[in-house]
Amino acid sequence: MSAKHQKLERHGVAFATMILIVASLGGLFEIAPLFTIENTIEEVEGMRPYTPLELAGRDIYVREGCYACHSQMIRTLRSDVDRYGHFSLAAESMYGHPHQWGSKRTGPDLARIGGKYTDVWQVAHLENPRGVVPGSVMPGYAFLANTRLGTTHLAGALRALRRAGVPYTDIQIEYAERHAIWQADKEAEYEDSLVDAYGTNVNVRDFDGDPQRLTEMDALVAYLQVLGTLANLDDLVLEDIAR
Amino acid sequence: MDSRADIWPCILAMVPVFILGIAIVGWGHDVAYVMHGCLIAAVVGWGLVWLIGRLTDPPRSIPFAYNDEISKWGIMATFVWGVIGFTVGDILAWQLAIPELNGDTYFSNFGRIRPVHTTAVIFGFAGNALIATSLYVVQRTSRARLAAEHVPWVVLVGYNLFCVLAITGYPFGITQSKEYAEPEWYADLILLVAWVGYLWLYLATLARRAEPHIYVSNWYYLSFIIVIAMLHTVNNLAVPISISEPKSYPLFAGVQDAMTQWWYGHNAVGFLLTAGFLGIMYYFMPKSVGRPIFSYRLSILGFWGITFLYLWAGSHHLHYTALPDWVQYLGMSMSIILLVPSWGSVLNGILTLNGAWDKVRTDPAVRFMMVAVLFYGLTTFEGSFMAIRPVNTLSHYTDWTVGHVHAGALGWVAFMTFGAMYKMVPWIWRRGSTYSLRLEAWHFWLALSGSLIYVGAMWNSGITQSLMWQTYDETGAFVFAFIDTVDAMRPYYFARAIGGLLFLIGGCIGAFNIYKTVNGPALVQPVPPRNGPLSLPAE
Repeated sequence: MSAKHQKLERHGVAFATMILIVASLGGLFEIAPLFTIENTIEEVEGMRPYTPLELAGRDIYVREGCYACHSQMIRTLRSDVDRYGHFSLAAESMYGHPHQWGSKRTGPDLARIGGKYTDVWQVAHLENPRGVVPGSVMPGYAFLANTRLGTTHLAGALRALRRAGVPYTDIQIEYAERHAIWQADKEAEYEDSLVDAYGTNVNVRDFDGDPQRLTEMDALVAYLQVLGTLANLDDLVLEDIAR
Repeated sequence: MDSRADIWPCILAMVPVFILGIAIVGWGHDVAYVMHGCLIAAVVGWGLVWLIGRLTDPPRSIPFAYNDEISKWGIMATFVWGVIGFTVGDILAWQLAIPELNGDTYFSNFGRIRPVHTTAVIFGFAGNALIATSLYVVQRTSRARLAAEHVPWVVLVGYNLFCVLAITGYPFGITQSKEYAEPEWYADLILLVAWVGYLWLYLATLARRAEPHIYVSNWYYLSFIIVIAMLHTVNNLAVPISISEPKSYPLFAGVQDAMTQWWYGHNAVGFLLTAGFLGIMYYFMPKSVGRPIFSYRLSILGFWGITFLYLWAGSHHLHYTALPDWVQYLGMSMSIILLVPSWGSVLNGILTLNGAWDKVRTDPAVRFMMVAVLFYGLTTFEGSFMAIRPVNTLSHYTDWTVGHVHAGALGWVAFMTFGAMYKMVPWIWRRGSTYSLRLEAWHFWLALSGSLIYVGAMWNSGITQSLMWQTYDETGAFVFAFIDTVDAMRPYYFARAIGGLLFLIGGCIGAFNIYKTVNGPALVQPVPPRNGPLSLPAE
């Protein structure tokens, strides 16, 4: 071993090439197959790309670094499933750029938080966590309710996501900004347009309790309320999703 | 050779970055983003002016001596980033103990500040320590001056520009929220440019070596540079919305993104915080105690073992998730085998001290390094242990992971850095010793007690919380609501914040000691030999 290695030690570029080859094996064998093996992501009814308002909310979730304390991944453990619901499927984060599975639960898992609490609860809790849950260590996010949601970039955002593989249609991209505004405004009666574009499983309502304004709070709550509600888990056959 | 030979390549690499900065200023909407554009254009523009000025200088011969200027600045950057990173880390610790300290404003909340801490310590503190030591070591073990006169500055300034862009962006919400890879696309591009320069500089300097063999430290530094380049490029593939937005969307989603992310995340630990620091260990431990490395064979085994195995281990961050089981089991198996080369390196480090154990008692720098290796042994054992699936059910998502990371980051990375710096600073600035050995010893004991309190608190809180999550009563209902498990954490959060404070105080004492050493009296300058490094033995 030593004699051969002494030869390698005398050639810098050869040594560097050897490092590159040896070090790239792990990724080649563990990551590359995830793109080619078909059952890596199950086929599940109901999954759709995020609406522009949900996407804007997700971008806020990403911006605030919520992943530092909240996971979005219910593991196949009894104590996880009993507390948070059906274990997470790969398909449920197939449109998540980037994934938000997280690595720490300083707060609870949020993979199926959608519909568990009312909008009013979510807003009150985000504005003042300890007012709703005494003892919570979460920071307050009252500023979200006072910040108007930026929507001008949303068409570009959908276009960028389409380049990354999310199947947004031309119509969805063209209407991105309007869809975001309409989704938070039940009175506007554009629900049909949203349903046409994204299906029936879209929450159309004012989320932050202030119908006059479209705020970042609207977007974040719209995102939280859809988490884990899209995939139709009732018709799942466990053998089909075993990997 | 003309000292100006590398100016044109530098200019060619910097002009696109300068244009990027100008474009951001021109098209950007967001205030923080435009400020970043100004910063990029100012720093790179200033560099270009300096380089172009150098072009018209009369040609100068390159001195026959090692080029240590770059390492000097790297050392100072290490301590500045260290103090910033430790301070922010301790602020975060207090925020968890006393949540009102978040201030509930957009720029001071835990979620936005946490990456400031991680980036400042990983990239700012550890990264600069690696650049400073690697460029010092490669010259002395090769008996060759750095291969270029200007590239090193592009590397160091470009790298620190990346750090500044990253850290000033997070409080304003510029982040892609991929753990330890938070900086957005434009900062990532700047790091890539600096990193390619670093790799070229390292290989070109090795190519000039007068020693037939490449010393083992350089193997590790080289693997650190190459693997970080690979990880950084693949994990940060992203589609920007447009030049007018800092925001981009990572190319991969869901399960593939998660696996790529932890392939990156685990190996940022494996190659930046482990391989690079083993490079430091293999040079500074034997030099400090005047003993040879214990075993050459163990060096080879350790090196290739780590270079091969680490890249497979990332999936142990995703046990029981929606990642296919075969990848989870593969990651677990490789993580367990990884203990062999890890402990091989530990043995090689510790046994190098044989015959010089008295120095552990008399020289705080050697004590720092010795304890660093012990912490490395502890952490790698703990890491392999936590990668076992049933153990992972107890440790994952809890503070145990945080404690594990800090056993490595405080105990191994920072201790090794401080030990090496206390040796390198007097060598490089030609001082007899550091300003004060007493302060060095104070630093050591503060850092050690701080680390032990921190790690101990996190073990307790992690296991406590995990057990509380899994406790059922006889009817099959949970005994504890989630918030009960948060309440139970409070004493440990206080203990952790206090431990971190001790470590921070130690770090400040260290920075002060280094500052006084640099500004202290120099030894009488020996007359440099005419042929420079070539007429001296390798160091």
